[in-house]
Amino acid sequence: MSIDKDKIKHISKLARISVDSKKSDSLAKDLTSIFKFIEQLNEINTDNVEPLSSILNTPLRSREDKIDDGKIREKILKNSPQKNEEFFVVPKVIE
Amino acid sequence: MSELTKKNLSEIIDLIKNKDIKSEELTQLYINKITKSKKLNAYITTCFDHATQESKKFDKNPNFNSLLPGIPLAVKDLFCTDGFKTTAGSKMLENFIPNYESTVTENIWKEGAILLGKLNCDEYAMGSSNETSYFGNVINPIAENTVPGGSSGGSASALAAELTPATIGTDTGGSIRQPASFTGTVGLKPTYGLCSRWGIVAFASSLDQAGPMTKSVKDCSIMLEAMAGFDKKDSTSIEKKKENYSKNLKTNIKGLKIGIPKEYRVENMPKEIDELWNKGKNILKDLGANLIDISLPHTKYALPTYYIVAPAEASSNLARYDGVKYGFRSSKGKDLIEMYENTRSEGFGDEVKRRILIGTYVLSSGYYDAYYLKAQKVRQLIKKDFDQNFGKVDAILTPSTPSSAFKIGEKANDPISMYLNDIFTVPVNLAGLPAISVPAGLDKKGYPLGLQLIGKTLDEQRILNIAFAFEKNCDFKNEVENWWS
Repeated sequence: MSIDKDKIKHISKLARISVDSKKSDSLAKDLTSIFKFIEQLNEINTDNVEPLSSILNTPLRSREDKIDDGKIREKILKNSPQKNEEFFVVPKVIE
Repeated sequence: MSELTKKNLSEIIDLIKNKDIKSEELTQLYINKITKSKKLNAYITTCFDHATQESKKFDKNPNFNSLLPGIPLAVKDLFCTDGFKTTAGSKMLENFIPNYESTVTENIWKEGAILLGKLNCDEYAMGSSNETSYFGNVINPIAENTVPGGSSGGSASALAAELTPATIGTDTGGSIRQPASFTGTVGLKPTYGLCSRWGIVAFASSLDQAGPMTKSVKDCSIMLEAMAGFDKKDSTSIEKKKENYSKNLKTNIKGLKIGIPKEYRVENMPKEIDELWNKGKNILKDLGANLIDISLPHTKYALPTYYIVAPAEASSNLARYDGVKYGFRSSKGKDLIEMYENTRSEGFGDEVKRRILIGTYVLSSGYYDAYYLKAQKVRQLIKKDFDQNFGKVDAILTPSTPSSAFKIGEKANDPISMYLNDIFTVPVNLAGLPAISVPAGLDKKGYPLGLQLIGKTLDEQRILNIAFAFEKNCDFKNEVENWWS
């Protein structure tokens, strides 16, 4: 799989990371070599192999549906880059 | 008195318990050393006032029955510490001050340890040389201009330079064991689920594990005992009784079966690594262990699998950094989407962006089956390799790394050659197993090299015992000469 500039544009859009067009070429080169490396996996036949979704032998625990924390609004807002009273502030979304 | 910092953690604990030294004096010794060692760039944040205060508090009302009585120590800057900056080595979290404490650090403070500071690491733990940190390279005290390994590079450097008596790191693909090998120290990655992941900045959740980094195997067992334990806040935490690793440490390994996997002899591996491996085999044989040749046929596919699974999980985990709730926010962008895109572009470094993009791609529509699902299947095969052999052997002995520490900049422009550093450590993370790296010798440059012991699930005690016996018979001395202060 070779990764070109268009593909970089597509993935960076999905990942919400703007990519400088000057850096796009070297990034495409790096990713192409990484995917070439990754694609060694195609040498193996995995037709009858179950994908491993957890390395734990036990299923995930579920807890009782009961609130055991909360009332931490102040704490949560404390590290926000921009806030207004009890709200996070973001650039205007609706005109 | 400066000789004191040369001592192992277990010896320092005894000095405290015997009242030969007070916690405050000990803390001051480390503070002085850290202040004079800025050149190594091992610390991102220091908490000297806090440490002094806590040490005085300990001395006033000491509890000598705890595991780490009044011991000052620093931790990797990936563990959230209540009230102290936690950066993950990233511009994104440069000013992030958590108001909660990670479970693992909470556990060690409960055992009497005192926070000295936060140690440098690769950005979001993505790297094998500590060169991806936003806060700059860390220097390996073994030689100028040499990397300490990564991602727990600051932890390894601080430990080897005696800037902390022990420390904790995290290991997603080798981030504890590789830097331990590069600095002549001991590093253990526990079984997945033994140490809680709660409050650790997430990289790849199915692989991340916290573990101890220490000067000796005994120290390692003390630290692991303090860190480990069930935590209901981590859904993958294993529910089991606490173990007394340090009390149960023993050197008798007679009759144990040690597997030697033929796939760990890779192309272009320096002869010294092979010789060191042989030295390790001979030591264990002389101690009465039986060496058994085994095969782990899918070993060569572990790294390609890792470079699908880890970036995929990272791209999901790092989606939370949007410049809204916490962390860096770009001032550029005319709408919400542009603010997100600029925040993530300016806040993340190149390696992190590279991995997010790989992860996003392998999970994207039309490519999921070809990459991510394929990798999950191969991961199953890698795990089966281990499962099948652990019927025949008690532990597996391999080299920890394919080379010793390299120069800063040497591999920075070639991602694949950097990734190959983790060729011997990554399979263990994919299979969720415990493994320890123990210093075993020096190469011809005089740089340390380690050997790795891999154990069965939750068989930490056994690999600690083998490592303990090995250490006693290996005759390894890591004399780091202080050239930096």
